[in-house]
Amino acid sequence: MPRTSFERHLHELRDEVLVLGSMVEKAIYRSMEALKNRDLDLAKKVISDDSEIDRMRFDIEEKCIKLIVTQQPVASDLRIIVAVLNIIIDLERIGDHAEGIAKIAVMIGNEPPLKPLIDLPRMAQKTADMLRRSLDAFVNRDADAARQISKEDDEIDALYDQVFRELLIFMAEDSKTITRATRLIWAGHNLERSADRVTNICERVVFVVTGKMEEIGVSKY
Amino acid sequence: MPKMSAKSTQKLAKVFIWGSGFITVLILFLIIGYVLVRGLPQLSLSFLFTAPQGGLSGEGGISTAIVSTIYIVLLTIAILIIPGIGAAIYLAEYAKDDWLTRIIRYGVDTLAGVPSIVFGLFGFVIFVTALHFSFSILSGALTLVCLLLPTLIRTSEEAIKAVPRSHREAALALGATRWQSIWHVVLPAALPGIVTGIILCIGRILGETACLYVTMGGSSAMPTSLLSGGRTLALHLFYLATDTNAMSKAMTTAAVLIVVILVINTIINWISHRFQARVLRGA
Amino acid sequence: MDPKIQTKQLSFHYGKNCAVKNVTIDIREHQITALIGPSGCGKSTFLRTLNRMNDIIPEARIEGEVLLDKQNIYERSVDVVELRKRVGMVFQQPNPFPKSIFENVAFGPKMLGLGHKLNLDEVVEKSLHAAALWGEVKDNLHKSGLALSGGQQQRLCIARVLAVEPEVILMDEPCSALDPASTLKIEELMQDLTKNYTIVIVTHNMLQAARVSEWTGFFLLGEMIEYGKTVDIFSRPRDRRTEDYISGRFG
Repeated sequence: MPRTSFERHLHELRDEVLVLGSMVEKAIYRSMEALKNRDLDLAKKVISDDSEIDRMRFDIEEKCIKLIVTQQPVASDLRIIVAVLNIIIDLERIGDHAEGIAKIAVMIGNEPPLKPLIDLPRMAQKTADMLRRSLDAFVNRDADAARQISKEDDEIDALYDQVFRELLIFMAEDSKTITRATRLIWAGHNLERSADRVTNICERVVFVVTGKMEEIGVSKY
Repeated sequence: MPKMSAKSTQKLAKVFIWGSGFITVLILFLIIGYVLVRGLPQLSLSFLFTAPQGGLSGEGGISTAIVSTIYIVLLTIAILIIPGIGAAIYLAEYAKDDWLTRIIRYGVDTLAGVPSIVFGLFGFVIFVTALHFSFSILSGALTLVCLLLPTLIRTSEEAIKAVPRSHREAALALGATRWQSIWHVVLPAALPGIVTGIILCIGRILGETACLYVTMGGSSAMPTSLLSGGRTLALHLFYLATDTNAMSKAMTTAAVLIVVILVINTIINWISHRFQARVLRGA
Repeated sequence: MDPKIQTKQLSFHYGKNCAVKNVTIDIREHQITALIGPSGCGKSTFLRTLNRMNDIIPEARIEGEVLLDKQNIYERSVDVVELRKRVGMVFQQPNPFPKSIFENVAFGPKMLGLGHKLNLDEVVEKSLHAAALWGEVKDNLHKSGLALSGGQQQRLCIARVLAVEPEVILMDEPCSALDPASTLKIEELMQDLTKNYTIVIVTHNMLQAARVSEWTGFFLLGEMIEYGKTVDIFSRPRDRRTEDYISGRFG
């Protein structure tokens, strides 16, 4: 079959995106873990590992440029490479958000917890799950799955609403909780933004399959 | 005999080929050289300009023969050109590849191989006798036309076919009609080849004896009209050699003939090269 | 705006072969339309139906219509000579006549009988300018056309076509015999020419088609598989076969 080396490069590219995706997924889980369990060492690890994520993103970008120059891709090959260039930006940003959560964990440090964290871990779980599935949809070129995942962003938004309201009540009742509550709100915000990024990735998947950029659902925030 | 290696076969072949070439050229030079050496010393202006006096010792020169030759060459070519080139254009450009065309081609090819004496007899029966042209330059010329038509048609057709198809296409694509593309593009491009063909015909005319022997008569008088008889240089040479004992004069006549043929061949080569250069490199 | 040329269910046969099958497309005015496809797929044959150059093929048979400005060019009343003045052609191998540069360019007008009415010097100069060749040959108009380089010869052939003031210029793989530098010059020339002419180009170089054309048609085995805006064909083709061909995955 002609263009075997190009095919091989495209496969390698896809694999590297998946690797980057799993690094980011791990960052989300670990950062939430660190926040929940006050594990400052874990938090510091997430923070330092973020530079790995950044480096890998640039590696993949470099590979894409090389493929464009040497293979002059057209049609679906072109769309895949363009999609990858955009997806890695979103992945890197999600990684940054996870790093943000880890930093919040460090900032909170050993202060007494306001309440046991339930909704935030749920948000993290859901976001990480959506991320994994969106990358599966990318590999399988499943536009329907991508659109479906996009819609689930609404659930994240709903969870964030809940977190926000709860913490607002805390702050209203006791002004000494304001700092801690705000930080937690900020952690929730990071997750909500991450989920939005995942919707972007889903839009790119649809682009690869249909050739059109559709905006799928508008975030409440 | 042991099987020869490739190298020795190569050497043997080379010797053989070189040898053949050498012998051929040698023979050629011997013949031409012999005639020129024996004939040129007697060449003088008076020889060229005096009429032959006849007689056993072949008095006189070859002036009337020169004039007759010129007349017959001009007349033959004049009659030959239009039918010859016209037929060539037809065969190359217009004829479809069907049974009729194939018959025509077969006829042309066969006629090209018929011996000239056959044409001579044909000319004798038709032109000299039936049409009452009697022994004359006209009869000779018409017979020569029949003889040379196949040759001219073939060489002209080759020259026309050698013009690349792309030229015709380009002309048609610009809005030229079929005839315009032939007249303005194909023929000018084929001209060197056609001219070469014509000059080859001239060469053959100069060398013809059998055919003209029975159509031109043998008169050694200066021709006054197309219906006068006459003798070409080649025929005069023949008569000198057979009817008289003036062998030296025959040699001289032969020398003149050879010189003329050499000059003509040189002209052919020169024209070919010059036109090719003009076409390929630009004047 | 009406398309300059339309083909309606056009099929072309010669003998038992069917070289073009049922092609219906619109060629838009003042734009470049590219026809791509593997060798022998009928795109050149199709191109030649647009100026009736296929008439010279024995046993040629046309079905369907080719409309130039809404008039069918295959009607009996159509003057082929006039048609070919309006729809000119540039070939794959540059083929200037073995004449001088001047004579080459003046050939068309002369054949059409315009030699008396027009100032041929002006016509030749204007055409050579339009073909971006004037500067290089203006002092040597009487040199043989065959003495020019390949790229120059092809521009000479373009000037020759422009001299008869066509409306449409058909180009059959015009750059395939040229080096990359000459190719780029001619591609640029094509872009300039669209100001005044409509261009249809057959090319086996897909990237060239992508570079120069606004519309692209993909031919396969005599059929037009897909036709659309170049950017769509090359970024999101609808037919699997188009996709395979342009991304080089044709077996």
